[in-house]
Amino acid sequence: MAIIERPSDTVALAPSGAPAVATPDTSYGVFRRPVHTTGWKSWLFTIDHKKLGIMYGVTAMVFFIIGGVEALLIRLQLAGPNGTVLNADQYNQMFTMHATTMVFLFVMPMAAAFANYMVPLQIGARDVAFPRINAFGYWAYLFGGLLLNSSWFLGGAADGGWFMYAPNSSVVFSPTNGVDFWGLGLQITGIASLTGAINLIVTVINMRAPGMSLMKMPIFTWMVMVVQFLLLFAMPVITVALFMLMFQRSFDATFFSVEAGADPLLWQHLFWIFGHPEVYIIVLPSFGIVSEILPVFSKKPLFGYPLVVFSGAAIGLVGWGVWAHHMFASGLGPISVAVFSVATMAIAIPTGVKIVNWTLTMWGGKIAFTVPMLYAVGVIVQFTIGGLSGVTHSVAPSDTQQTDTYYIVAHFHYVIFGGAVLGLFAGLYYWWPKMFGKMLNERLGKWNFWLTIVGMNLTFGPMHVIGLQGQPRRMYVWTENRAGEGFFNIGFWNLMATIGSFVLTLGVLVFLINIYVSHRKGTEKAPLDPWDARSLEWITANPPKEHNFDRLPTVGHLDEFFHRKYEDRGEGERHDYHQVATAEEILAAEEASADKHIHLPSPSYWPILLAFSLPIMGYGVIYNLYLLAGGALLALVSMYGWGMEPHTAPSDDYDPPKGTELEVAAHG
Amino acid sequence: MADTAVHDDTHAAHDDHAAHHTSTGLSNNKLAMWMFLGSECLLFGGLISTYMLYRGRHSANLGPDQVWDIPFTSASSFVLLMSSLTMVLAVSSAHRKDDRNTKVWLSVTALLGALFVAGQVYEFTTFYREGLGFTTSLFSSSFYTLTGFHGVHVTVGIIMLMSLSGMISRNKVPGDKAETVELFGLYWHFVDVVWILIFTLVYLIPA
Repeated sequence: MAIIERPSDTVALAPSGAPAVATPDTSYGVFRRPVHTTGWKSWLFTIDHKKLGIMYGVTAMVFFIIGGVEALLIRLQLAGPNGTVLNADQYNQMFTMHATTMVFLFVMPMAAAFANYMVPLQIGARDVAFPRINAFGYWAYLFGGLLLNSSWFLGGAADGGWFMYAPNSSVVFSPTNGVDFWGLGLQITGIASLTGAINLIVTVINMRAPGMSLMKMPIFTWMVMVVQFLLLFAMPVITVALFMLMFQRSFDATFFSVEAGADPLLWQHLFWIFGHPEVYIIVLPSFGIVSEILPVFSKKPLFGYPLVVFSGAAIGLVGWGVWAHHMFASGLGPISVAVFSVATMAIAIPTGVKIVNWTLTMWGGKIAFTVPMLYAVGVIVQFTIGGLSGVTHSVAPSDTQQTDTYYIVAHFHYVIFGGAVLGLFAGLYYWWPKMFGKMLNERLGKWNFWLTIVGMNLTFGPMHVIGLQGQPRRMYVWTENRAGEGFFNIGFWNLMATIGSFVLTLGVLVFLINIYVSHRKGTEKAPLDPWDARSLEWITANPPKEHNFDRLPTVGHLDEFFHRKYEDRGEGERHDYHQVATAEEILAAEEASADKHIHLPSPSYWPILLAFSLPIMGYGVIYNLYLLAGGALLALVSMYGWGMEPHTAPSDDYDPPKGTELEVAAHG
Repeated sequence: MADTAVHDDTHAAHDDHAAHHTSTGLSNNKLAMWMFLGSECLLFGGLISTYMLYRGRHSANLGPDQVWDIPFTSASSFVLLMSSLTMVLAVSSAHRKDDRNTKVWLSVTALLGALFVAGQVYEFTTFYREGLGFTTSLFSSSFYTLTGFHGVHVTVGIIMLMSLSGMISRNKVPGDKAETVELFGLYWHFVDVVWILIFTLVYLIPA
């Protein structure tokens, strides 16, 4: 679906457009523009940010399950002494791919799903700034993920751990193509992240509704913007590192050849200059979601909104100065260690500010413990535990003891699962009615939540003990005679962690069942404003119309939707809010004064084609340079097609669905 | 990669067809190009750091001091810098809606860029003949990678300039023509500025 009004109107409008804009009236190439509104083609060629958001979410969920199965295999292997589920080689591949999948193919894209779907709605826009680039980003992510995972069937996956330290990553130590697939897969998903970052930054900076100053922007949008800046500057660094890895492995360069005098720390520095901002890339979107949810279910505005914004930005900034705390054990020298140690402690301050603000948001509020709220509170508690063990890492002498033990594994799972994944689930429950027009079942949701919480603490809690007892994070077996005694018996805690991982799995299963149950025939449509929400995305239908807003909203307040519903009749410092309008009335008013002409960008074949050229080039690097040339050719053709394609299709460039108004308009 | 600003259109339908109706007043395309170039800074930052780390790690007779031909590279650097001047002239013509001169200056810019790339190819060939292959030493790997990445950027720029020139001939530039030329100019100047850094750090400062 390209244009809401009839295409003939577009033509009529064109001459009155800005004279400097010469819109070509025919497109190039052999294709006519896709205009399908239903069926698989409407998804394949879509550039609608909402459809792409859902596609991101579904794909991320699939990779979450794949990564979860990998985790279960790891836990099964470690459940008892001398595990035989996996051999050493398979185990190495399993933990590498588990981490890579969860970080790059689940958490980041799931956050991208929310960012794509919600940011335009939250800022009162009809789409992102560059819808075709948006579509390209999704397809590049999907194809990159598939390329990465195809390594399982093509000789074995990468086995060097998610940070793939050199020289362990060179051909001598990792002779299969696994690391090549890993590098190229991440390169491709990295392109997706980079284009997505540019797109979302421009969208947030440039396309806010009239009246929405930066400090009236919903907090989730703020956090997304901080994350996109982190991506913008972090991705090129890992790109350089991955290129060097590729040159090293495929073209015999010497960057990491220690025998030629290479410095193994080069890779570590490049990786962690990307890798530490990456930690905040993972966790900040979730912080944004939590900051949206807590005020809604506490019936209070977010405590200290400017502080939450600035502490988010501060985390983003200081996040660039702490990367070497991942390398305390590598012999950096006392001055570097001291500096990075202090910087790491400093970053706990803005993080602590957020925790305090969240707590004070709830303080004295009329709290409703719905499922999204439970998850949001879960984030506060679980992330704080992870944050505290993080502070123990910032103390370099203590960290030297903990490096490469299960204690580290415990820490980052509390941070990533407790901080990011719980927040993403909070977002799923909170925005589900907005995205799909159905409520997720609250009862099942509570089962989902409690199984997840119990499961995660049972899985990752014991890892603190195991780690402090000295079990290395990547050892593929442990033996009975070195397991220790009593409370500190790592055998017992390993078994507990394995049981916990299955409880966690049960929690995720309940979530999937919940989706099924909530979408069965006969389930009620969600109310327009089920949570008594506060921000702009709720001034639209559930799910939103294709053009999002009938009239672009004008914004006067932070929490605009709340202020349209409630009037403050208090005096001075005392607020006394009375409801003056329902969501239905507000939406009806918007519909009544709908904009007459709404142009939406047209779908396009080029984004998916351009993205498809990337894995072809990837396989080309590994197997055959002619294939690389073929992929490059496809990329070139797609770019020309893309570059010369007008963003809204002209009327004679349509294949309108037969018998519809569109067809009549186009030919009649 | 410059995409078209969709919402310029969306808003244009309501707001007196203003060419750029955005929150900041800056067009989406231009903002996106600045973001992209910001990201590119880190890309070249990583490559330059790697080179600086490894530039002293080579065999005795195949180091920077032995292979550089400073006068030659200075000449090709001068050519590249001049292409920035012609690019400015192209942008200026585009703003005056002078299509003929825009095309002329774009082509001259592309030609100068091509001359620079030809110089780089010649230089690489010479080094290779002297025994400095891509895999010879840490110095050679990082040198070829850094300057190679820059060369690819110039080459991509040349292709874009030629394509733009062709599209102007047929009046097939979607969106604001002058701005498109300006965006290409931003990219081109960036690539030139990076070369000034590379030329100084790689060639001029003694290893």
